[in-house]
Amino acid sequence: MNQVPLSHILFVSTALFFIGMYGLFTRRNMITMLMSVELILNSVNINFVAFNKYLYPDKLEGVFFTLFIIAIAAAEAAVAIAIIINLYRNLHSIDVEATDEMKF
Amino acid sequence: MPNYAYIVLIPLLPLAAFVLLGLFGRRYFRRSSGMIGTALLLVATGLALWVAYGYFFDWGKLNGAYQRIIALDAPWLSFSPGLSIDMSIVLDPISVMMIVVVTFVSLMVHIFSLGYMKGEERFATYYAFLGLFTFSMLGLVLSGNIFETYIFWELVGCSSFLLIGYYYDRPTAVAAAKKAFIVTRFADLGFLIGILILSFHAGTLDFRMLIQRLTEPGPQLASITGASFLGISLLSWGLVLVFVGGAGKSALFPLHIWLPDAMEGPTPVSALIHAATMVVAGVYLVARLYPVYAYAGPAVLNVVLYVGALSAFLAAIIACTQTDIKRVLAYSTMSQIGYMMFALGTWHRGGEAAGLGYTASMFHLFTHAFFKALLFLCAGVIIHRVHSNEMKDMGGLRRLLPLTHGCFLIACLAIAGVPPFSGFFSKEEILLAAWHANKLVYGIGLFTSGLTAFYMFRLYFSVFWGKEGGESGHLAGGAGSSAGHSHDRHSEGPVSMKIPLVMLALGALFAGFVPFSRLVTYNGRPEETHGIGVFAIAPVTLALVGVFIAGFMYRKEGDRPARAAAAFGGLYRFAYHKFYIDEIYSFITKKIIFNLIGRPAAWIDRNMVDGVMNLLATVTARISAGIKGFQSGKVQDYALYFFTGIAGLAVLFIYIYT
Repeated sequence: MNQVPLSHILFVSTALFFIGMYGLFTRRNMITMLMSVELILNSVNINFVAFNKYLYPDKLEGVFFTLFIIAIAAAEAAVAIAIIINLYRNLHSIDVEATDEMKF
Repeated sequence: MPNYAYIVLIPLLPLAAFVLLGLFGRRYFRRSSGMIGTALLLVATGLALWVAYGYFFDWGKLNGAYQRIIALDAPWLSFSPGLSIDMSIVLDPISVMMIVVVTFVSLMVHIFSLGYMKGEERFATYYAFLGLFTFSMLGLVLSGNIFETYIFWELVGCSSFLLIGYYYDRPTAVAAAKKAFIVTRFADLGFLIGILILSFHAGTLDFRMLIQRLTEPGPQLASITGASFLGISLLSWGLVLVFVGGAGKSALFPLHIWLPDAMEGPTPVSALIHAATMVVAGVYLVARLYPVYAYAGPAVLNVVLYVGALSAFLAAIIACTQTDIKRVLAYSTMSQIGYMMFALGTWHRGGEAAGLGYTASMFHLFTHAFFKALLFLCAGVIIHRVHSNEMKDMGGLRRLLPLTHGCFLIACLAIAGVPPFSGFFSKEEILLAAWHANKLVYGIGLFTSGLTAFYMFRLYFSVFWGKEGGESGHLAGGAGSSAGHSHDRHSEGPVSMKIPLVMLALGALFAGFVPFSRLVTYNGRPEETHGIGVFAIAPVTLALVGVFIAGFMYRKEGDRPARAAAAFGGLYRFAYHKFYIDEIYSFITKKIIFNLIGRPAAWIDRNMVDGVMNLLATVTARISAGIKGFQSGKVQDYALYFFTGIAGLAVLFIYIYT
């Protein structure tokens, strides 16, 4: 069976990473920014799984790391959404430009 | 060996009074604080007298010489096995003599103040300070360690400062307190450096070891006499510096300027601190280190001799011209301390009279304490009555104040050296010692004793004689002539003010009969009293002449004093302004030191030291102002910095590892 070369998969993950980064910098809506962060994390997950499969096929570390990252991403999403809800209650907005109180 | 530890109670009882009255006096013992302080001191005095009796007549002697007894020795700070500061209590003839003088005079002053200071706002504080002073002075005389002496030395200076400035709402009293503190502090610097020099080379702070190592051949003595500075050996430097400290505390020329101003304190305080006890601390200090002074030879002792003689002479001349009763007494104190000091300087130049000066000095210290304290307390009664310090406001007081008159007369006769009053005996011994040592100093001493008689009787006649009849009625009239009778009866104050006068008058009368040369000598061995006899004729005649001239000029009010002052002209004015020594000091400090050192130093401080600090602060502020824009509060900006940093690091690592 003809395997897909590793570089192809890395292309996908890099594309995903920069899409996430683009979303993180251009979007003003915090929920969208959170989704962009999830994209970045998932690109990292793809890298872990791909490297594990192609370089060390008889080991499982990369896969387990991915599982950890998914769990942490879930927890992080919960925390981030809690923060966003609180911000909305105070500011009546989830626009990230509105939260510039913490400056000099 | 018997246990002498109870002697520690003598200084601790006044300390207890200080702590008790200082902490709780104003709240709980407003009225009774005087009685508490006096009662505690009475116990201490009794103990001191008992110790003195035991020491001199019972257990003090060993093989015919008075031994040095260490009653208590508690190591306090030990720097190295050889060098430590111990808190010790040492009994030897001079310290035992001093505890008697200090506790007795202090007790008299405590009792006197019961009446004199009655109704004062800070009555309890006053007694607390008196307790502190008495404690420190006793500690000073009992200490067996030169550093311990220094600690108590500063403590007496501190309590003197507090008591001079007791009337702190008077600007003059505040200025006087500061002046006393600063002048003695300069002198104490000399004392401290002297201690450091001596103890560095001797390798010990203990008096006995210090004296032993600096007078007997050995490595320590070789090191201190071998090293020299400006061509004078360090031993001499150390001793002269210690003497400077003593001269500052004892108000010797030219460090005497604080003493007359110190008379701003309450009069009983002047009697205790600035007449009888603290100001003789310098004499006591030199006496403590006497063997070292004697060993160091004539150069150092000549400093002591001439400074003492000069102080005695100048102060006596100034005293003849002053008009403030307390200032006259202050200058007289300075003059008498000059006597004690030059008596100490007469060592070893008379063959058979070696050590005579030491005994004479201590003897004069002893008698002087009684008659000078008495003079000050009498002055206190007079000031209490007249409400003025100026002699011209007094006159004809002998009918109003008969008891004070009698006591004052006794004290004047004693200080003038008229036999058989106490001052006669001690002054004869001093003059005898001076005769054997140095004829010039003897002449100065002789002339000064005539001057002493003159200025004391000038004071006596102007205060108690002079204006007659009508004037005294005018004085009593202050309280209203209807209440005049009962007022007159109590005009000398309550009985608490009379007892000390009588006690001290007895002291001034009979202290001269104490066989001092049998009790207090430089080596502890009793000596035979030197016959006075023919030798006394000259000083006594001079004293009587002085008394007679004073009587001639001041007994009746008239223009004789003014004419005499005019006859002396420039000299009189010169002396009236205290030889312009205060002016010289203020010229030196204000015009020279302030301009040449103070102002440049202030400029450097303000511009260079502060400038460096300001520069640092300004640079920091500018930089922060420049970079604070980065903290915009915008989350995406932060994320951008973060990713830029990561990208930068990634590039860096790639560059390094490939």
